[in-house]
Amino acid sequence: MTDASIAAAVPPFRPEFVRHGALAKEFGIVEKPLNMWERLYNNGAVRKTVLLLLLTALWEGYARHLNNALLVPTFSETFMAFIEAIGSGELPGKAANSVRLLLQGYALGLGLAFLLTALAMLTRIGNDLLETFTSMFNPLPAIALLPLALIWFGLGDKSIIFVLIHSVLWAVALNAHSGFRAVSTTLRMVGRNYGLTGLPFIIKILIPAAFPSILTGLKIGWAFAWRTLIAAELVFGASSGKGGLGWFIYEAKNTLDIPSVFAGLFTVILIGLIVENLIFRNVEAATVRRWGMQS
Amino acid sequence: MDDSKQGLTPLLAVSGVTLQYKTQHHLVTATYRVSFDVALADRFVLLGPSGCGKSTILKAVGGYMAPTEGTIKLKGQSIRKPGPDRVMVFQEFDQLLPWKTVKKNVMFALQSSGKLSGKAAEEKAMESIAKVNLSKFAGSYPHTLSGGMKQRVAIARSLAMEADILLMDEPFAALDALTRHRMQDELLQLWQDTRFTMLFVTHSIPEAVRIGNRILLLSPHPGQVMAELNSSGADESDPATGRKLSERIHAMLFADEIEPSGAVP
Repeated sequence: MTDASIAAAVPPFRPEFVRHGALAKEFGIVEKPLNMWERLYNNGAVRKTVLLLLLTALWEGYARHLNNALLVPTFSETFMAFIEAIGSGELPGKAANSVRLLLQGYALGLGLAFLLTALAMLTRIGNDLLETFTSMFNPLPAIALLPLALIWFGLGDKSIIFVLIHSVLWAVALNAHSGFRAVSTTLRMVGRNYGLTGLPFIIKILIPAAFPSILTGLKIGWAFAWRTLIAAELVFGASSGKGGLGWFIYEAKNTLDIPSVFAGLFTVILIGLIVENLIFRNVEAATVRRWGMQS
Repeated sequence: MDDSKQGLTPLLAVSGVTLQYKTQHHLVTATYRVSFDVALADRFVLLGPSGCGKSTILKAVGGYMAPTEGTIKLKGQSIRKPGPDRVMVFQEFDQLLPWKTVKKNVMFALQSSGKLSGKAAEEKAMESIAKVNLSKFAGSYPHTLSGGMKQRVAIARSLAMEADILLMDEPFAALDALTRHRMQDELLQLWQDTRFTMLFVTHSIPEAVRIGNRILLLSPHPGQVMAELNSSGADESDPATGRKLSERIHAMLFADEIEPSGAVP
């Protein structure tokens, strides 16, 4: 560019203006409620129910087409078996047995996980211990310890609780520990500033701050425990003459009562869904979501 | 409060403090033989470029690290560990506990330190929250507040503690310019009302001049004391040289860059 053209490159003058917002009625739609269909579609529960209904219809159709109750009973047969087993009190009793055992194992596992992770946060040797233990035992399927447990504790609840603890402990400890270590330096410094050390520091700062990971650990632990329990009961459920859901399934299979096998499986799924959707979801909503730690 | 009598005895005495910390590969000396005294009701500012160890000094006063050399004494007592007599306000917004509401965050400080409990803690917390004009938000969770509001909660929490000294680690650095300006005004107003003592770390010259009544200038790598200046807050011109305080500070901090060009007489 020549000097003359540079000098000529002056932005043109434009008059200023100040505008006042248009009146609301001129916009047309400012806020309009969604219609019924849009609202239903936005509801996750509705979408999932529709999916489930579709799957049930597929199942029913396939089973009727196959026409072999020994391989795949129809949904209606399964449902009848389910209602019948509930009516006779057999299924609720066995489910209650399973859940009781599960809760015992879960609670003990959580307690031990708390002790181990607390120790790991307080001392360096505890940290080493936890890291070694988790790397050793986390990949080991809990059910693989059942034969050993049977020798140590005999046929009974104790053996099942032992494997349950094993299935819960490492998953929860691993998640809690990594959650604790991810707590920001600032929060730690705040806690220490107000005089918190040792156990109060863990309870008042680390646990709530690491709650998203702890919750993940609790969920994984719950799922592991549930699987381990059913598997263990399939191996020997007749302990102390009661038995649980696993045993119900096993017995039904032995008598070729396949609809009951399906009903047993259905119950396992149902309890899993209830725990996930009622308990964990509500805990999540009341804690990490409310605190803005998870969206 | 009669600060003309008490102002002379240092509340906080930092003498010959060398601070070192280890990184993965190095032993870093953050400050070398830094000494200064903070008097009661001082707004004492530590100012310096990044790497001058000003935040490290604050951490040491907070009790989070021990000096390799020298002593730090609060009211004549050596500082050994963090404690509620020295309350820190951090730059980070996550200094509030996200699982507690504004009110509970302030109460937490009072209760954990064993200062107050129950109803008394609640009243004290609300009083302190009112001072920073957040009474309406006492029941809100931190994640619903703006950055400036979060810092005000942190300040309310530290005020409620009525600590001997407030340690402020660039509390406004993460805020936008407008909010920062307003927060500086509010902090000065709070000081007018309650006359707390504070040690304020910043890397901003205008902030130091506005906030502080006494400014300690630190040189970088490692931090050493360059000067201790008085500030009236108005950035007044020195009658002798006609230069503003901020210009003097700027010239001192960036002396290396200015002198070779020969611009400064």
